[in-house]
Amino acid sequence: MCGIVGLFIKNPVLESQLGALVAPMLSEMTERGPDSAGIAVYRDPHESGCKVTVLTEGLDFDWDALESAIKAVFALSKISVIHNQAVLFVDAPISDVQHWLDRNYPELSITSAGTNIEIFKGKGDPLDFIEKFDIKSMSGTHALGHTRMATESAITTEHSHPFSTGQDLCLVHNGSLSNHNRLRETLRRRGVQFKTDNDTEVAAGYLSWRLSEGDDLEQALNHAIDDLDGFYTFAIGTKDGFAVMRDPIGCKPAIMAETDDWAAMASEYRAIATLPGAENARIWEPEPTQIYSWKRN
Amino acid sequence: MAEINLHTDSVRSLNEALQGAASGDKFSINNTRGKHAVSVGLTTAVNVEINGHVGYYCAGMNQQANITIKGNAGPGLAENMMSGKVHVTGNASQYAGATAHGGLLIIEGDASSRCGISMKGVNIVVGGNIGHMSAFMAQSGCLVVCGDAGDALGDSIYEARLYVRGHVASLGTDCIEKEMRAEHTEQLESLLQLSGMNHNVNEFRRYGSARKLYNFDIDQVDAY
Repeated sequence: MCGIVGLFIKNPVLESQLGALVAPMLSEMTERGPDSAGIAVYRDPHESGCKVTVLTEGLDFDWDALESAIKAVFALSKISVIHNQAVLFVDAPISDVQHWLDRNYPELSITSAGTNIEIFKGKGDPLDFIEKFDIKSMSGTHALGHTRMATESAITTEHSHPFSTGQDLCLVHNGSLSNHNRLRETLRRRGVQFKTDNDTEVAAGYLSWRLSEGDDLEQALNHAIDDLDGFYTFAIGTKDGFAVMRDPIGCKPAIMAETDDWAAMASEYRAIATLPGAENARIWEPEPTQIYSWKRN
Repeated sequence: MAEINLHTDSVRSLNEALQGAASGDKFSINNTRGKHAVSVGLTTAVNVEINGHVGYYCAGMNQQANITIKGNAGPGLAENMMSGKVHVTGNASQYAGATAHGGLLIIEGDASSRCGISMKGVNIVVGGNIGHMSAFMAQSGCLVVCGDAGDALGDSIYEARLYVRGHVASLGTDCIEKEMRAEHTEQLESLLQLSGMNHNVNEFRRYGSARKLYNFDIDQVDAY
C-alpha cells in the first residue's frame, strides 16, 4: 500500500499556495505510506538552461565545494540547498550537466532534470518530511506527492518516489510490479540505467525508454499496459500538467476531482477533502487503462 | 435526532454510540470528509443519515439499520451486510456489497468494479453503471443494474439473479442470459419500487448461471 496525490492549479491566483494545498493532502495519506515520502513540484522555470535536483544520503556533503566546482565549468545561476538535496540552476544543456555530475560526483544521485521540475524525497515519517522540506511554503503550477509503504525493496531515500522518467517527467506509483526483475534486465541491455532494485524505478525506466524511442506519453503508457505486469495506479508529472492511469484490473484505488480552480487526484477522497471547495467538486473514479490528463493551455 | 460531527468526534466514539442505540433512534453525521469505517457493525434498526462523502468500509456488517449516505462511498461499502438498508445518493467505489448476506443496498449513481462480489443473499440496486468483474462468484440475491455492466459480469456465478437494463460489455465464465419469466418481472418490479427507481421492467434482461461449473467435466481432465 502507498498513497499518491496530485494537484494541478487551474486558477493562477492559487499558484502561490500550491505547497500549502498539497501538504495536507500528503499528510492525509500518511497512514497509507508511513515509511517515506516525496514530492515533485513544478515551479520557477529556468528556460535559459536547466534545473537539476541532486540528492546525497548523508548530511555532511560540502555543497560550497560543489558550487565552486560547477562554476569552474558551467554558468551556475543558483544553487538552492534544502537539507540533503539541492536544486542546481545551470545555464548549460541538461546532458552536459548530467554527464559532468556523473563523472565528478558519483556520490550524488540526480533525482530530476528539466526546466521546471524539482523532486524532493526522504525516508521516515511523511509529516517530518513535510516540515523538513518546508513543503507548505512552495509555490508552483502543479505537484505530485507520494507516501510509501515498502513491500518489495528497501526503505531508503533513493527507493522513495517520485522517480524521474526523463526531462521534466516523473512517476509516482501505488501498487507492485511482478515482472520488474526481468524487465530491468531487458532495459539494461537497451542502455537504461538503474540505481536501485525498486519496481517503480523499472516502470520509470520503461517509460523513459519508450519516450526515447519516439513515443509520446500516451503511447508510452499504452505500451506499459502490455509490458508491465502487476498492480498499479500511476500518476505521471509532465512539464505542463500530469496524467493518471490504472492497470486493467483496477485493484489499486484512485479518485479524481475537479473544480474551476484546481484538478486533483489521490488514492483516497480524504486527501482531496482537504482542498477548498472539495465538497462541491466534480468527483469520479478513473476507469482502468484509461489515461486522464491535465495540461496548461 | 442526535447530531455527530466527525470533525470533533472520533469514528470510534461514533460507532460506539450507534452500536449502543435503540431501534428507532435517529442520527445525523456531518463532516465525514472521506473517513473510513463510518457507521459499521450496527445491530439495531436505527436510522442514520450521513451528510458527505465517506471512505473505505462504510456501513459494513450492517444488521437492521437504515443508513443513508448523501454523497459518494469509497471501497467496500456495506461489505458483509446481513440485513437493513444502505442507500447512497452518489457513486460507490470497488466491491460494494461484497459477501453481503441480506438487506437492500441502493446506489443511485455508478458502482465501480467487483460490485456484489461473492454476494450471498443481498439485493443490490444500482441506478447507473457497474464496473468489471461484478457479481463474481455471486451465490444468491439480486443485482439490478439500471445502466451498463462492465466486463466479465457474473463470472463463476452460482445462483444469484442479475438484471441489467443497459449494455453488458461481456459475460464471465458460466454466466448466460436467461429467460425473464413472470416471477422475475415481479421481483424486479418490487426491487425497483423499493429503491425509488422508475424504469420499465421490460427493458431489463436477466443473467444467471449456466451451471456448467457445478460438476467436474471428464472432458476437461487434461487441464489438471
